[in-house]
Amino acid sequence: MKDVSYINRPNRPLFVYAVLFLAFLYVPVLFLPLFSFNDSIYIAFPIENWTLQWYRDMFDNEPMIAALMNSIRVGAVASVLSTFLGVFGAKAVTRYRMPGRDPIVTVIMAPLVIPGIILGVALLILINRVGITPSLYTITLGHVLVCVPFSMATLMTRFEGFDKSMEEASADLGENAWWTFWRVTFPMVFPGLLASVLLCFTISFDEFILAFFLGGTDPTLPLYIWGQLRFPQRLPNVLALGACILVISFIVVFISQWLTHREPDSTRS
Amino acid sequence: MSSKQTFINIDRVSKHFGDVVAVDDVSIDISAGEFFSLLGPSGCGKTTLLRMLAGFESPTSGEIHIDGKAMSEIPPHQRPTNMVFQNYAIFPHLNVAGNIAYGLRKDKLGKVEQTRRVDEALEMMKLEGYGQRKANELSGGQQQRVALARALIKRPKVLLLDEPLGALDKKLREEMQLELRALQESVGITFIFVTHDQEEALTLSDRVAVMARGDVLQMAAPRQLYNRPVNVEVASFIGQMNFFDAQVVDVQGEKVVLDTQGLGQVKVASNGDLLQKDNRLVVALRPEKLSLSLQREVQDHVVRGELATSAYLGDRSHFFVSLDGYDKPVEVAGQESGLSSDRALERGSEVWLSWAEDSLVLLPAP
Amino acid sequence: MNEPVTAAQSSIEKTRPVSSWRSRIRAFYHSSEAFKGYTLLSPTMLVMLFSMCVPFAMMVVMSFWSQVGYEFDTDFTLANYSKVTEGAVYTQLLIRSLWISAACTFATVIISYPMAYYVAFHVHRRKMIWIILMTLPFWTSYLLRIFTWKVILGFNGVINSGLIGLGLIDEPLEFLLYNPNAVVLTLTHAWAAFAILPIYVSLEKIDRSLLEAATDLGDGPVARFMRVTLPLSLPGVIAATVLIFVPTVGDYVTPALVGGPDGLMLANLIQAHFGIINNWPGGSALAIMMMAIVGIIAMAYIALTRFAVRNIE
Repeated sequence: MKDVSYINRPNRPLFVYAVLFLAFLYVPVLFLPLFSFNDSIYIAFPIENWTLQWYRDMFDNEPMIAALMNSIRVGAVASVLSTFLGVFGAKAVTRYRMPGRDPIVTVIMAPLVIPGIILGVALLILINRVGITPSLYTITLGHVLVCVPFSMATLMTRFEGFDKSMEEASADLGENAWWTFWRVTFPMVFPGLLASVLLCFTISFDEFILAFFLGGTDPTLPLYIWGQLRFPQRLPNVLALGACILVISFIVVFISQWLTHREPDSTRS
Repeated sequence: MSSKQTFINIDRVSKHFGDVVAVDDVSIDISAGEFFSLLGPSGCGKTTLLRMLAGFESPTSGEIHIDGKAMSEIPPHQRPTNMVFQNYAIFPHLNVAGNIAYGLRKDKLGKVEQTRRVDEALEMMKLEGYGQRKANELSGGQQQRVALARALIKRPKVLLLDEPLGALDKKLREEMQLELRALQESVGITFIFVTHDQEEALTLSDRVAVMARGDVLQMAAPRQLYNRPVNVEVASFIGQMNFFDAQVVDVQGEKVVLDTQGLGQVKVASNGDLLQKDNRLVVALRPEKLSLSLQREVQDHVVRGELATSAYLGDRSHFFVSLDGYDKPVEVAGQESGLSSDRALERGSEVWLSWAEDSLVLLPAP
Repeated sequence: MNEPVTAAQSSIEKTRPVSSWRSRIRAFYHSSEAFKGYTLLSPTMLVMLFSMCVPFAMMVVMSFWSQVGYEFDTDFTLANYSKVTEGAVYTQLLIRSLWISAACTFATVIISYPMAYYVAFHVHRRKMIWIILMTLPFWTSYLLRIFTWKVILGFNGVINSGLIGLGLIDEPLEFLLYNPNAVVLTLTHAWAAFAILPIYVSLEKIDRSLLEAATDLGDGPVARFMRVTLPLSLPGVIAATVLIFVPTVGDYVTPALVGGPDGLMLANLIQAHFGIINNWPGGSALAIMMMAIVGIIAMAYIALTRFAVRNIE
């Protein structure tokens, strides 16, 4: 390839490495869907008989469906709430110069690095001392806490790529703040909002550790799966359910990420 | 340039990026110690050509020889060239001294000798005392000096400069032009300079290659480039120029009569192939080669016009004069000979334009 | 105050009202912009501050209490902390947690760097697809990703049944699952996608002309990497290290599923204090100790690497 400059020359060993790396990321995860079609309740190669029975069973599994509905409810509320908080935060942080900006951002982003167990335990103590019974509400609160940093990060890239003079132009052309928001700001950040909602939904939907500490009698789907892992004979059901979750998560996150990174490819000369 | 030996030989070099032809079959010979400029608008292929000399791009076809050696198999880090990058490419994680000493690693000089060389370079670039500064603490001009020092400390045979003055403001740029020229004379190596600023190219260079669309249009010394451009494109790119369509109407022995749009009938010396009977061509005339007066003072090479507008520039004025049979106002630059400098000429005044016969440039019709 | 000063002093006092009047206007202008910013930020800031600081404060308070059955004795005591520092079990678990987490962090950064490098420098078209592909698994169910390794490494798992099926071994290999190595492997797989992003961003930010300048000044590919690319990407590497080390020290799901008794970590013990051991104050003290130690290590690491980078030059 003489088209590519010296620095960017193709590097075959690195390409092979990249493919191996992706294989390391994806192949292990693919075993769940693979064995979900296995007739036997034991995981073993070679797979003798294929079946869809475990998928059929899911429809009759009432506790599982209840857990699924709980997860969807928690995820929907948590994702909308944290995106709502994320918009305010991201806009303030990217638009206004203010003293103490960096420490504030650090605090808001802290749940990214704080181990889940610490957050879980601390929140458990809070709701216990305040006298709130653990429930889906407390799980939602915990999920908002972990989702806001991701929402902020997603939306900040959106706001940073957004020229402030667009809003000024709108004001200059006679629109007030309200209509400027609806006619200029909102259409431009909408993909970011959607990406944030989708991402937060997935995070909440898959979140286990906080739900484990903050959950009451109503389990979310990860809690339900955790409970099932104790029973070896329920393994195929877990595999089938896991396969469904993986596929749906992949699709939702892919859309979310695509919306976030959708800028045209930068090709250097 | 036949008197000097060819040092860099660019031999029928082309560069394609996919379907785009960036450099199209270019051949240039450059001699040792020459200050050579590649001049052209952005996208004309000048930077690509420079990057091929440095080795960052490889030619699609053709070969580059430097000092008698073919370069195609030699990677950039082993070439006898060093480059000053457009944005200077100062390493942000190193201080000024670290940047300047960067290329000395392989020379294994020892600490004392290395420090001496760096100090020398700092002194040459008037950067004494800046050795410990970080790149982000430097002004644009200082960064440029660091980039120059860093490249020159390697004692390259050829220094490549990619629009190094483009990022500086006008005043600093003019200062650096003078310094650059003095520097080149003192180190005595070949400089190849890429720029889109024709004034800069003319000021600095021994020779200039004017490029467009991957082609070299003309390669000449600045004076010749200015006074004797080979075609309309070069003439319009370098400085200001008035163009008049013309046709040869009569050949009278040593003289040829042209019928021009605007200047009327003019006589020129008959030389060159352009001047066959009925041939169409373009007559070009620099604004400063025209002189303007209120009366007809000479008999030949003069035309009557009407002042359309004028621009006062302090040390000189520009006049735009409408001529009969010519749709665009003609630009005239210069002192207002015989005119009061306090009073502006009124629009629509009758004026006379005259010129010397040899200031007419005859160009092929495009 | 001596006499000679007063002249200067009075002149200062004369100019003062003007300058303070100006600075007040300037301050108002700035503060009004800051004020707008704070107003907009306040909902997010308040929710986050409240739901982090209050629980942490309560946890700190509780760590000085003691558990009596299902109630708490709120008398101040340091007993929880002295128990933690005296118990060899705690120290052992802490060291193991740090060790496992350090190994996982190291492995993750090492395997992610070339991948990030590849995408930053050698992918020119459809970069976005590569970035999404690399990071996608991170967003999907943590629990399932850990569970998949149990399926792979287990006694009757993918590897064992595969190898037996191929006739390479007769007995299932027992050393695959339920040990610290399994925890490191699982954590590395779970966090690799997360390490790529900061490293990729720092590589992508490097101006390509810097690499060309290094080459132009005589560096081959290896020297160029060591002298320019690596130092300039260190911020990303440091960020990735901290982003992985801190959360993995506190992981308890992975050791619980694939660690076995020898692979348990401190977080498992913390979790147990809020579960079967039923000693919340004790668990709080443990959690605070863990946070403090991890925080100190992370900060020392950041300071050390910064110091080292500065001294290399």
